[in-house]
Amino acid sequence: MSQSAVDVPPKGGFSFDLCKRNDMLTQKGLKAPSFLKTGTTIVGLIFKDGVILGADTRATEGPIVADKNCEKIHYMAPNIYCCGAGTAADTEAVTDMVSSQLRLHRYQTSRDSRIITALTLLKKHLFSYQGHVSAALVLGGVDITGPHLHTIYPHGSTDTLPFATMGSGSLAAMSVFEAKYKEGLTRDEGIKLVAEAICSGIFNDLGSGSNVDICVITKGNNEYLRNYMEPNPRTYVSSKGYSFTKKTEVLLTKITPLLERVEITEVGEAMEE
Amino acid sequence: MSIFEYNGSAVVAMVGKNCFAIASDRRLGVQLQTIATDFQRISKIHDHLFIGLSGLATDVQTLYQRLVFRHKLYQLREERDMKPETFASLVSAILYEKRFGPYLCQPVIAGLGDDNKPFICTMDSIGAKELAKDFVVSGTASESLYGACEAMFKPDMEAEELFETISQALLSSVDRDCLSGWGGHVYVVTPNEIKEKILKGRMD
Repeated sequence: MSQSAVDVPPKGGFSFDLCKRNDMLTQKGLKAPSFLKTGTTIVGLIFKDGVILGADTRATEGPIVADKNCEKIHYMAPNIYCCGAGTAADTEAVTDMVSSQLRLHRYQTSRDSRIITALTLLKKHLFSYQGHVSAALVLGGVDITGPHLHTIYPHGSTDTLPFATMGSGSLAAMSVFEAKYKEGLTRDEGIKLVAEAICSGIFNDLGSGSNVDICVITKGNNEYLRNYMEPNPRTYVSSKGYSFTKKTEVLLTKITPLLERVEITEVGEAMEE
Repeated sequence: MSIFEYNGSAVVAMVGKNCFAIASDRRLGVQLQTIATDFQRISKIHDHLFIGLSGLATDVQTLYQRLVFRHKLYQLREERDMKPETFASLVSAILYEKRFGPYLCQPVIAGLGDDNKPFICTMDSIGAKELAKDFVVSGTASESLYGACEAMFKPDMEAEELFETISQALLSSVDRDCLSGWGGHVYVVTPNEIKEKILKGRMD
Protein backbone atom coordinates (compact mmCIF):
# COMPACT_ATOMS: atom_id res chain seq x y z
CA MET A 1 0.00 0.00 0.00
CA SER A 2 1.45 3.36 -0.97
CA GLN A 3 0.40 5.04 2.32
CA SER A 4 2.55 2.79 4.49
CA ALA A 5 5.55 3.35 2.21
CA VAL A 6 5.42 7.08 2.98
CA ASP A 7 6.17 6.48 6.64
CA VAL A 8 9.59 4.84 6.21
CA PRO A 9 12.21 6.17 3.75
CA PRO A 10 12.90 3.59 1.02
CA LYS A 11 16.54 2.91 1.87
CA GLY A 12 16.81 4.00 5.53
CA GLY A 13 18.89 7.05 6.43
CA PHE A 14 17.68 10.58 7.10
CA SER A 15 14.44 12.09 5.82
CA PHE A 16 14.40 15.81 5.07
CA ASP A 17 10.71 16.46 4.47
CA LEU A 18 10.16 18.75 7.46
CA CYS A 19 13.16 21.00 6.65
CA LYS A 20 11.21 23.48 4.54
CA ARG A 21 8.58 23.95 7.22
CA ASN A 22 11.17 24.34 9.97
CA ASP A 23 13.04 26.94 7.87
CA MET A 24 9.80 28.86 7.40
CA LEU A 25 9.22 28.85 11.17
CA THR A 26 12.78 30.05 11.82
CA GLN A 27 12.34 32.89 9.36
CA LYS A 28 9.17 33.93 11.19
CA GLY A 29 11.35 34.47 14.22
CA LEU A 30 10.99 31.21 16.12
CA LYS A 31 14.28 29.86 17.42
CA ALA A 32 15.28 26.31 16.63
CA PRO A 33 15.24 23.85 19.56
CA SER A 34 18.35 23.08 21.53
CA PHE A 35 19.39 19.44 21.55
CA LEU A 36 20.55 17.30 24.44
CA LYS A 37 24.32 17.62 24.56
CA THR A 38 26.73 15.63 26.60
CA GLY A 39 29.09 18.45 27.70
CA THR A 40 31.38 15.77 28.92
CA THR A 41 34.77 14.60 29.84
CA ILE A 42 35.72 11.36 28.08
CA VAL A 43 39.16 9.77 28.27
CA GLY A 44 41.00 6.65 27.22
CA LEU A 45 44.41 5.23 27.89
CA ILE A 46 46.45 2.19 26.92
CA PHE A 47 47.92 0.24 29.81
CA LYS A 48 50.05 -2.89 30.01
CA ASP A 49 47.32 -5.42 29.17
CA GLY A 50 44.78 -3.38 27.21
CA VAL A 51 42.69 -0.23 27.17
CA ILE A 52 40.83 1.70 29.89
CA LEU A 53 38.04 4.10 28.91
CA GLY A 54 36.44 6.59 31.28
CA ALA A 55 33.55 9.06 31.14
CA ASP A 56 31.51 11.34 33.39
CA THR A 57 27.70 10.97 33.54
CA ARG A 58 26.11 14.39 33.07
CA ALA A 59 23.82 15.25 30.13
CA THR A 60 22.95 18.91 29.64
CA GLU A 61 20.23 20.78 27.77
CA GLY A 62 21.59 24.29 27.56
CA PRO A 63 22.51 25.25 31.12
CA ILE A 64 20.16 22.69 32.71
CA VAL A 65 21.26 19.22 33.79
CA ALA A 66 18.82 16.92 32.02
CA ASP A 67 20.24 13.60 33.16
CA LYS A 68 22.40 13.19 36.24
CA ASN A 69 23.45 9.65 35.46
CA CYS A 70 23.54 8.95 31.74
CA GLU A 71 25.71 6.31 30.05
CA LYS A 72 28.37 7.67 27.75
CA ILE A 73 30.40 4.51 27.21
CA HIS A 74 28.68 2.66 24.38
CA TYR A 75 29.08 -0.99 23.47
CA MET A 76 30.36 -1.61 19.95
CA ALA A 77 31.59 -5.22 20.11
CA PRO A 78 32.58 -7.57 22.97
CA ASN A 79 36.13 -6.29 22.64
CA ILE A 80 35.44 -2.69 21.57
CA TYR A 81 33.79 0.17 23.47
CA CYS A 82 33.32 3.80 22.44
CA CYS A 83 32.83 6.95 24.55
CA GLY A 84 30.78 9.72 22.95
CA ALA A 85 30.69 13.50 23.39
CA GLY A 86 28.64 16.10 21.52
CA THR A 87 24.97 15.87 20.57
CA ALA A 88 23.60 12.88 22.53
CA ALA A 89 21.26 11.64 19.78
CA ASP A 90 24.13 11.64 17.26
CA THR A 91 26.57 9.72 19.48
CA GLU A 92 23.92 7.13 20.36
CA ALA A 93 22.67 6.70 16.81
CA VAL A 94 26.12 6.51 15.24
CA THR A 95 27.51 4.03 17.79
CA ASP A 96 24.37 1.84 17.56
CA MET A 97 24.56 1.83 13.77
CA VAL A 98 28.25 0.91 13.63
CA SER A 99 27.74 -1.70 16.36
CA SER A 100 25.09 -3.42 14.19
CA GLN A 101 27.32 -3.22 11.13
CA LEU A 102 30.18 -4.80 13.11
CA ARG A 103 27.91 -7.61 14.28
CA LEU A 104 26.86 -8.39 10.70
CA HIS A 105 30.51 -8.26 9.64
CA ARG A 106 31.41 -10.73 12.41
CA TYR A 107 28.76 -13.13 11.15
CA GLN A 108 30.09 -12.82 7.62
CA THR A 109 33.79 -13.22 8.45
CA SER A 110 33.55 -15.51 11.54
CA ARG A 111 36.25 -13.44 13.21
CA ASP A 112 36.37 -10.99 16.11
CA SER A 113 35.97 -7.35 15.08
CA ARG A 114 39.02 -5.17 14.79
CA ILE A 115 39.13 -1.63 16.13
CA ILE A 116 40.37 -0.33 12.80
CA THR A 117 37.14 -1.63 11.20
CA ALA A 118 34.98 0.32 13.66
CA LEU A 119 37.21 3.35 13.12
CA THR A 120 36.82 3.30 9.36
CA LEU A 121 33.04 2.79 9.50
CA LEU A 122 32.66 5.69 11.94
CA LYS A 123 34.91 8.11 10.08
CA LYS A 124 33.30 7.38 6.74
CA HIS A 125 29.85 8.12 8.14
CA LEU A 126 30.89 11.30 9.96
CA PHE A 127 32.88 12.69 7.03
CA SER A 128 30.03 12.13 4.60
CA TYR A 129 27.81 14.37 6.77
CA GLN A 130 30.57 17.02 6.88
CA GLY A 131 30.42 17.54 10.64
CA HIS A 132 26.67 18.06 10.86
CA VAL A 133 26.38 14.77 12.75
CA SER A 134 28.03 16.21 15.81
CA ALA A 135 29.69 13.23 17.49
CA ALA A 136 33.19 13.33 18.99
CA LEU A 137 34.27 9.82 20.00
CA VAL A 138 37.01 8.01 21.87
CA LEU A 139 37.17 4.48 20.51
CA GLY A 140 39.19 1.79 22.25
CA GLY A 141 39.54 -1.95 22.36
CA VAL A 142 41.77 -4.99 22.13
CA ASP A 143 41.83 -7.20 19.06
CA ILE A 144 44.12 -9.80 17.54
CA THR A 145 46.69 -7.12 16.68
CA GLY A 146 46.81 -5.71 20.22
CA PRO A 147 45.29 -2.80 22.15
CA HIS A 148 44.24 0.32 20.18
CA LEU A 149 42.93 3.75 21.13
CA HIS A 150 41.61 6.32 18.66
CA THR A 151 39.85 9.67 18.76
CA ILE A 152 37.34 10.64 16.08
CA TYR A 153 36.29 14.24 15.49
CA PRO A 154 32.85 15.27 14.16
CA HIS A 155 34.23 16.12 10.74
CA GLY A 156 35.74 12.69 10.32
CA SER A 157 39.43 13.11 11.19
CA THR A 158 41.01 10.55 13.50
CA ASP A 159 44.08 10.24 15.71
CA THR A 160 45.73 7.15 17.14
CA LEU A 161 47.15 7.83 20.58
CA PRO A 162 48.41 6.14 23.76
CA PHE A 163 46.14 8.40 25.86
CA ALA A 164 43.32 10.68 24.71
CA THR A 165 40.68 13.03 26.04
CA MET A 166 37.64 14.64 24.35
CA GLY A 167 34.72 16.86 25.29
CA SER A 168 34.43 20.17 27.11
CA GLY A 169 36.42 18.79 30.05
CA SER A 170 39.22 17.48 27.82
CA LEU A 171 41.74 20.14 28.84
CA ALA A 172 41.24 19.44 32.54
CA ALA A 173 41.61 15.70 31.97
CA MET A 174 44.56 16.05 29.58
CA SER A 175 46.52 18.02 32.17
CA VAL A 176 46.25 15.06 34.55
CA PHE A 177 47.31 12.61 31.85
CA GLU A 178 50.26 14.70 30.68
CA ALA A 179 51.54 14.96 34.23
CA LYS A 180 51.08 11.36 35.33
CA TYR A 181 50.90 9.01 32.33
CA LYS A 182 53.70 6.56 31.71
CA GLU A 183 53.93 3.45 29.56
CA GLY A 184 53.32 0.02 31.07
CA LEU A 185 50.84 1.03 33.75
CA THR A 186 49.23 -1.78 35.71
CA ARG A 187 45.45 -2.22 35.81
CA ASP A 188 44.99 -0.54 39.18
CA GLU A 189 47.32 2.33 38.37
CA GLY A 190 45.51 2.85 35.08
CA ILE A 191 42.05 2.86 36.69
CA LYS A 192 43.26 5.29 39.35
CA LEU A 193 44.69 7.64 36.72
CA VAL A 194 41.54 7.53 34.57
CA ALA A 195 39.34 8.19 37.61
CA GLU A 196 41.54 11.13 38.57
CA ALA A 197 41.35 12.60 35.08
CA ILE A 198 37.54 12.30 34.94
CA CYS A 199 37.25 13.80 38.43
CA SER A 200 39.33 16.77 37.36
CA GLY A 201 36.86 17.23 34.48
CA ILE A 202 33.87 16.82 36.81
CA PHE A 203 35.07 19.37 39.32
CA ASN A 204 36.59 21.95 36.97
CA ASP A 205 34.32 21.84 33.91
CA LEU A 206 30.71 22.94 34.22
CA GLY A 207 29.57 20.75 31.34
CA SER A 208 30.69 17.56 33.12
CA GLY A 209 29.55 16.23 36.46
CA SER A 210 28.05 13.48 38.60
CA ASN A 211 29.75 10.10 38.59
CA VAL A 212 32.69 8.33 36.95
CA ASP A 213 32.10 5.36 34.62
CA ILE A 214 35.05 3.15 33.71
CA CYS A 215 35.46 0.35 31.18
CA VAL A 216 38.52 -1.93 31.23
CA ILE A 217 39.13 -3.97 28.06
CA THR A 218 41.79 -6.66 27.98
CA LYS A 219 42.42 -9.58 25.67
CA GLY A 220 39.37 -11.80 25.81
CA ASN A 221 37.69 -9.89 28.65
CA ASN A 222 35.95 -6.60 29.33
CA GLU A 223 34.69 -5.08 32.56
CA TYR A 224 32.18 -2.25 32.56
CA LEU A 225 32.40 -0.54 35.96
CA ARG A 226 29.25 1.58 35.90
CA ASN A 227 29.38 4.37 38.53
CA TYR A 228 32.86 3.31 39.65
CA MET A 229 33.09 6.47 41.72
CA GLU A 230 30.29 8.69 42.98
CA PRO A 231 31.97 11.86 44.20
CA ASN A 232 28.72 13.89 44.17
CA PRO A 233 26.06 12.15 46.23
CA ARG A 234 22.81 13.88 47.23
CA THR A 235 23.30 14.86 50.83
CA TYR A 236 20.37 17.16 51.38
CA VAL A 237 17.54 14.65 51.26
CA SER A 238 15.39 14.81 54.34
CA SER A 239 14.56 11.36 55.69
CA LYS A 240 10.99 12.42 56.51
CA GLY A 241 10.28 13.27 52.87
CA TYR A 242 7.97 16.00 51.69
CA SER A 243 4.62 16.40 53.40
CA PHE A 244 1.85 18.32 51.65
CA THR A 245 -0.35 20.55 53.77
CA LYS A 246 -3.21 20.77 51.28
CA LYS A 247 -4.43 17.94 49.09
CA THR A 248 -4.89 18.61 45.37
CA GLU A 249 -8.44 19.32 44.29
CA VAL A 250 -9.74 16.79 41.82
CA LEU A 251 -12.49 17.72 39.40
CA LEU A 252 -13.11 14.37 37.77
CA THR A 253 -11.94 10.78 38.30
CA LYS A 254 -12.26 7.96 35.83
CA ILE A 255 -11.13 4.46 36.80
CA THR A 256 -10.64 1.85 34.09
CA PRO A 257 -10.13 -1.61 35.53
CA LEU A 258 -7.73 -3.70 33.51
CA LEU A 259 -8.09 -7.36 32.80
CA GLU A 260 -5.53 -9.67 34.33
CA ARG A 261 -2.71 -10.29 31.89
CA VAL A 262 -2.97 -13.98 31.09
CA GLU A 263 -0.15 -15.95 29.53
CA ILE A 264 -1.53 -18.36 26.97
CA THR A 265 0.83 -21.17 26.13
CA GLU A 266 -0.16 -23.08 23.06
CA VAL A 267 -0.50 -26.73 23.91
CA GLY A 268 -0.28 -28.54 20.67
CA GLU A 269 1.07 -31.71 19.29
CA ALA A 270 4.38 -31.91 17.53
CA MET A 271 4.13 -32.08 13.79
CA GLU A 272 4.47 -35.50 12.34
CA GLU A 273 5.68 -36.48 8.92
CA MET B 1 10.79 33.22 21.13
CA SER B 2 11.67 29.55 20.92
CA ILE B 3 9.55 27.22 18.81
CA PHE B 4 8.76 25.20 21.92
CA GLU B 5 7.21 28.27 23.52
CA TYR B 6 4.72 28.71 20.72
CA ASN B 7 2.05 26.49 22.25
CA GLY B 8 3.28 25.98 25.83
CA SER B 9 3.24 22.64 27.62
CA ALA B 10 4.27 20.74 30.74
CA VAL B 11 4.56 16.97 30.99
CA VAL B 12 5.99 14.92 33.85
CA ALA B 13 6.19 11.20 34.62
CA MET B 14 7.17 9.52 37.88
CA VAL B 15 7.93 6.00 38.99
CA GLY B 16 6.32 4.37 42.01
CA LYS B 17 6.18 0.87 43.45
CA ASN B 18 4.90 -1.34 40.60
CA CYS B 19 3.05 1.65 39.21
CA PHE B 20 3.75 4.87 37.37
CA ALA B 21 2.07 8.25 36.97
CA ILE B 22 2.13 10.60 33.99
CA ALA B 23 0.69 14.11 34.11
CA SER B 24 0.36 17.10 31.85
CA ASP B 25 -1.18 20.54 31.82
CA ARG B 26 -4.24 21.30 29.68
CA ARG B 27 -3.55 24.63 28.02
CA LEU B 28 -3.25 25.10 24.28
CA GLY B 29 -2.12 28.58 23.32
CA VAL B 30 -0.84 30.55 20.38
CA GLN B 31 2.01 32.48 21.98
CA LEU B 32 0.29 34.49 24.69
CA GLN B 33 -3.33 33.85 23.71
CA THR B 34 -5.09 30.76 25.11
CA ILE B 35 -7.23 28.97 22.59
CA ALA B 36 -8.16 25.74 24.42
CA THR B 37 -8.21 24.56 28.02
CA ASP B 38 -8.71 20.85 27.45
CA PHE B 39 -5.88 19.87 25.12
CA GLN B 40 -4.90 16.19 25.32
CA ARG B 41 -1.14 15.83 25.57
CA ILE B 42 -1.04 12.34 27.01
CA SER B 43 -2.23 9.49 24.87
CA LYS B 44 -2.62 5.78 25.50
CA ILE B 45 -0.73 3.43 23.23
CA HIS B 46 -1.92 0.32 25.02
CA ASP B 47 -3.22 -0.46 28.51
CA HIS B 48 0.22 -0.34 30.10
CA LEU B 49 1.95 2.25 27.90
CA PHE B 50 1.35 5.99 27.71
CA ILE B 51 3.12 8.72 25.81
CA GLY B 52 2.99 12.43 26.66
CA LEU B 53 4.20 14.84 24.00
CA SER B 54 5.20 18.45 24.68
CA GLY B 55 6.14 21.11 22.16
CA LEU B 56 4.53 22.26 18.93
CA ALA B 57 0.92 21.02 19.05
CA THR B 58 0.68 20.12 15.36
CA ASP B 59 3.75 17.87 15.63
CA VAL B 60 2.34 16.39 18.86
CA GLN B 61 -0.77 15.24 17.00
CA THR B 62 1.07 14.09 13.85
CA LEU B 63 3.68 12.16 15.82
CA TYR B 64 0.99 10.54 17.97
CA GLN B 65 -0.89 9.37 14.87
CA ARG B 66 2.33 7.96 13.34
CA LEU B 67 3.18 6.09 16.56
CA VAL B 68 -0.30 4.61 16.94
CA PHE B 69 -0.06 3.44 13.31
CA ARG B 70 3.30 1.75 13.89
CA HIS B 71 2.08 0.15 17.11
CA LYS B 72 -1.05 -1.23 15.46
CA LEU B 73 1.08 -2.77 12.70
CA TYR B 74 3.31 -4.29 15.39
CA GLN B 75 0.28 -5.73 17.16
CA LEU B 76 -0.96 -7.30 13.95
CA ARG B 77 2.41 -8.83 13.14
CA GLU B 78 3.50 -9.93 16.62
CA GLU B 79 0.03 -10.57 18.15
CA ARG B 80 1.03 -8.81 21.36
CA ASP B 81 1.57 -5.33 22.80
CA MET B 82 4.89 -3.56 22.49
CA LYS B 83 7.14 -3.47 25.53
CA PRO B 84 7.91 0.06 26.79
CA GLU B 85 11.63 -0.27 26.08
CA THR B 86 10.94 -1.35 22.50
CA PHE B 87 8.48 1.51 22.05
CA ALA B 88 11.05 3.99 23.32
CA SER B 89 13.55 2.72 20.75
CA LEU B 90 10.87 3.05 18.04
CA VAL B 91 10.13 6.67 18.99
CA SER B 92 13.85 7.44 19.13
CA ALA B 93 14.37 6.00 15.64
CA ILE B 94 11.38 7.91 14.20
CA LEU B 95 12.67 11.18 15.68
CA TYR B 96 16.30 10.63 14.62
CA GLU B 97 15.22 9.91 11.07
CA LYS B 98 14.30 13.61 10.93
CA ARG B 99 17.63 14.70 12.45
CA PHE B 100 18.13 17.68 10.13
CA GLY B 101 14.50 18.81 10.03
CA PRO B 102 13.09 17.52 13.29
CA TYR B 103 9.63 17.11 14.74
CA LEU B 104 9.45 19.98 17.19
CA CYS B 105 8.26 18.00 20.20
CA GLN B 106 9.73 16.13 23.14
CA PRO B 107 8.09 12.87 24.18
CA VAL B 108 7.76 11.45 27.67
CA ILE B 109 7.11 7.71 27.63
CA ALA B 110 5.82 5.78 30.64
CA GLY B 111 4.87 2.13 30.83
CA LEU B 112 4.78 -1.06 32.85
CA GLY B 113 7.15 -3.65 31.50
CA ASP B 114 7.70 -7.30 32.35
CA ASP B 115 6.93 -8.22 35.96
CA ASN B 116 5.03 -4.92 36.22
CA LYS B 117 8.26 -3.02 36.52
CA PRO B 118 7.63 0.67 35.72
CA PHE B 119 9.62 2.25 32.91
CA ILE B 120 9.90 5.97 32.11
CA CYS B 121 11.98 7.87 29.64
CA THR B 122 12.11 11.17 27.85
CA MET B 123 13.81 12.31 24.66
CA ASP B 124 14.90 15.55 23.11
CA SER B 125 13.44 16.47 19.72
CA ILE B 126 15.94 14.30 17.79
CA GLY B 127 15.53 11.12 19.79
CA ALA B 128 18.30 11.16 22.43
CA LYS B 129 16.84 8.80 25.02
CA GLU B 130 17.16 9.70 28.65
CA LEU B 131 16.18 6.82 30.91
CA ALA B 132 15.61 7.73 34.51
CA LYS B 133 14.77 5.73 37.56
CA ASP B 134 12.80 8.44 39.34
CA PHE B 135 11.13 11.10 37.21
CA VAL B 136 11.29 12.75 33.80
CA VAL B 137 10.00 16.16 32.72
CA SER B 138 9.48 18.06 29.51
CA GLY B 139 7.87 21.26 28.21
CA THR B 140 8.11 25.00 28.83
CA ALA B 141 7.73 24.48 32.58
CA SER B 142 10.56 21.89 32.62
CA GLU B 143 12.99 23.96 34.70
CA SER B 144 10.44 24.45 37.48
CA LEU B 145 9.41 20.81 37.16
CA TYR B 146 13.00 19.66 37.64
CA GLY B 147 13.20 21.60 40.87
CA ALA B 148 9.79 20.55 42.21
CA CYS B 149 10.31 16.86 41.40
CA GLU B 150 13.82 16.79 42.92
CA ALA B 151 12.40 18.11 46.15
CA MET B 152 9.17 16.12 46.30
CA PHE B 153 10.12 12.73 44.87
CA LYS B 154 10.58 9.71 47.13
CA PRO B 155 11.38 6.23 45.83
CA ASP B 156 8.84 3.35 46.11
CA MET B 157 5.67 5.36 46.60
CA GLU B 158 2.29 3.65 46.41
CA ALA B 159 -0.32 4.81 43.88
CA GLU B 160 -2.17 7.24 46.18
CA GLU B 161 0.95 8.97 47.42
CA LEU B 162 2.42 9.00 43.91
CA PHE B 163 -0.69 10.73 42.60
CA GLU B 164 -0.47 13.39 45.31
CA THR B 165 3.24 13.97 44.69
CA ILE B 166 3.02 14.26 40.92
CA SER B 167 -0.03 16.54 41.12
CA GLN B 168 1.61 18.88 43.60
CA ALA B 169 4.82 18.97 41.55
CA LEU B 170 2.91 19.69 38.33
CA LEU B 171 0.63 22.38 39.74
CA SER B 172 3.37 24.19 41.63
CA SER B 173 5.57 24.23 38.51
CA VAL B 174 2.96 25.40 36.03
CA ASP B 175 1.98 28.18 38.42
CA ARG B 176 5.40 29.62 37.70
CA ASP B 177 5.05 29.34 33.92
CA CYS B 178 2.82 31.66 31.92
CA LEU B 179 2.51 29.34 28.96
CA SER B 180 1.23 26.21 30.68
CA GLY B 181 -1.46 25.46 33.22
CA TRP B 182 -5.24 25.65 33.24
CA GLY B 183 -5.55 22.51 35.34
CA GLY B 184 -3.86 19.17 35.10
CA HIS B 185 -4.51 15.74 33.64
CA VAL B 186 -3.02 12.84 35.60
CA TYR B 187 -2.96 9.12 34.79
CA VAL B 188 -1.88 6.72 37.54
CA VAL B 189 -1.42 3.20 36.20
CA THR B 190 -1.08 0.08 38.34
CA PRO B 191 -1.16 -3.50 37.03
CA ASN B 192 -4.91 -3.69 37.70
CA GLU B 193 -6.34 -0.33 36.76
CA ILE B 194 -5.82 3.03 35.10
CA LYS B 195 -6.94 6.02 37.17
CA GLU B 196 -7.46 9.19 35.17
CA LYS B 197 -7.95 12.38 37.16
CA ILE B 198 -8.48 15.97 36.12
CA LEU B 199 -7.05 18.49 38.56
CA LYS B 200 -8.32 21.92 39.50
CA GLY B 201 -5.59 24.50 39.09
CA ARG B 202 -5.20 28.23 38.64
CA MET B 203 -6.95 29.41 35.48
CA ASP B 204 -4.53 32.12 34.57
